Amino acid sequence: MAELALIFVGSVLVNNFVLVRFLGICPFLGVSREIDTAMGMGMATTFVLVLSGVATWLLDYYILAPFGLPFLQNVAFILIIASLVQLVEMFLQKTSPALYRALGIFLPLITTNCAILGLAILTVQRDYTLIQTIVFALGAGVGFTLALTMMAGIRQQLQFADIPKPLEGAGIALIIAGLMSMAFMGFSGMIAM
Amino acid sequence: MRNLRKEFVKGLWNEHPIFRLLIGMCPTLAITTAATNGLAMGLSTAFVLICSSTIISLVKNIIPPKVRIPCYIIIIATFVTIADLLLAAYLPDLHTVLGLFIPLIVVNCIILGRAEAYASKMPVLDSFVDALGMGIGITWGLTFLGGFRELMGMGTIFSQQILPAGTTSWGIFLLPPGAFFTLGITVGVMNQINHILEHRRTERTSVEPTMAGQTAES
Repeated sequence: MAELALIFVGSVLVNNFVLVRFLGICPFLGVSREIDTAMGMGMATTFVLVLSGVATWLLDYYILAPFGLPFLQNVAFILIIASLVQLVEMFLQKTSPALYRALGIFLPLITTNCAILGLAILTVQRDYTLIQTIVFALGAGVGFTLALTMMAGIRQQLQFADIPKPLEGAGIALIIAGLMSMAFMGFSGMIAM
Repeated sequence: MRNLRKEFVKGLWNEHPIFRLLIGMCPTLAITTAATNGLAMGLSTAFVLICSSTIISLVKNIIPPKVRIPCYIIIIATFVTIADLLLAAYLPDLHTVLGLFIPLIVVNCIILGRAEAYASKMPVLDSFVDALGMGIGITWGLTFLGGFRELMGMGTIFSQQILPAGTTSWGIFLLPPGAFFTLGITVGVMNQINHILEHRRTERTSVEPTMAGQTAES
């Protein structure tokens, strides 16, 4: 149980997926303009992270590893993730239109979010069990949502700030991300992973 | 012929995938802790980009439009696996350093972006030249960022001592925040250079200088 808690805290704070591991930077810079959108994107990503974490773990454990096919890992994982995202999109559209309206527009973007594939590969590299994978994915998603929401909050305030012209847009966003990353470095050393 | 030259040059500066279009950020930030890593990552990405763009352009008429994205991803993933295994076999040290980010070339938006926006519509030669230009653009971008961070963080470039020994090195440039700072400032400087270039161009072409050049920046 303690180990699971460590994995969770580790992936939320110490090794934050966005700010320390650099996974999922594209949505971090692209979508983080409003807090509502950022929350929506974060929740959609967490949802897909957990689902795809489980799916890729099952695929690796029951198919790729027993048959000695680890070289197919990249191809198989990305296929599973792409089709899973499609499936989730169709499922939500049919069963829960409200949720679909909230998360729908983000789903196609998630396939090419490196956090998803990155998590799948990391869990295989670390030989996590299924439970550990779920906790790790959940932590990664929460960490991603946290970083995205904080960034969106800062950027909303930034609209009224006087920024040097060449740094407007991406430049200032990256520098803010740097400062946030520095803050998150304060957590390193809290857990040895 | 002139057209091909234009397709080639645009990836080097005007439509530079990293500094201008800001795509493919994850490996850009993560692995540019040294010039060698940047160069290796750039070359691997360029290899995958050139091969997959050419192949996609060759088979674009066979693929049904509805399933084109999964098909592109499989083509890209195949080349990434080739690059992954080649690096593991011949440059195991670099393979360990780049680690997770080699398989993650699959989801690098630059590659799928070029496939969807360019290679799926254009003839083979154009796609090849476009990918070549973009590939060289990525490679110089990553090598530059890696070199800068290595210089600031350790005083070396390609492991050669550049700054006099004993100069205080800024270790922060090798850590995650340094990646964000370096890229953010580089993007800002590139914007400023482009702004000045554009300003000069409008001054030269129009007899009466207008305000258009100054407000074009966004």
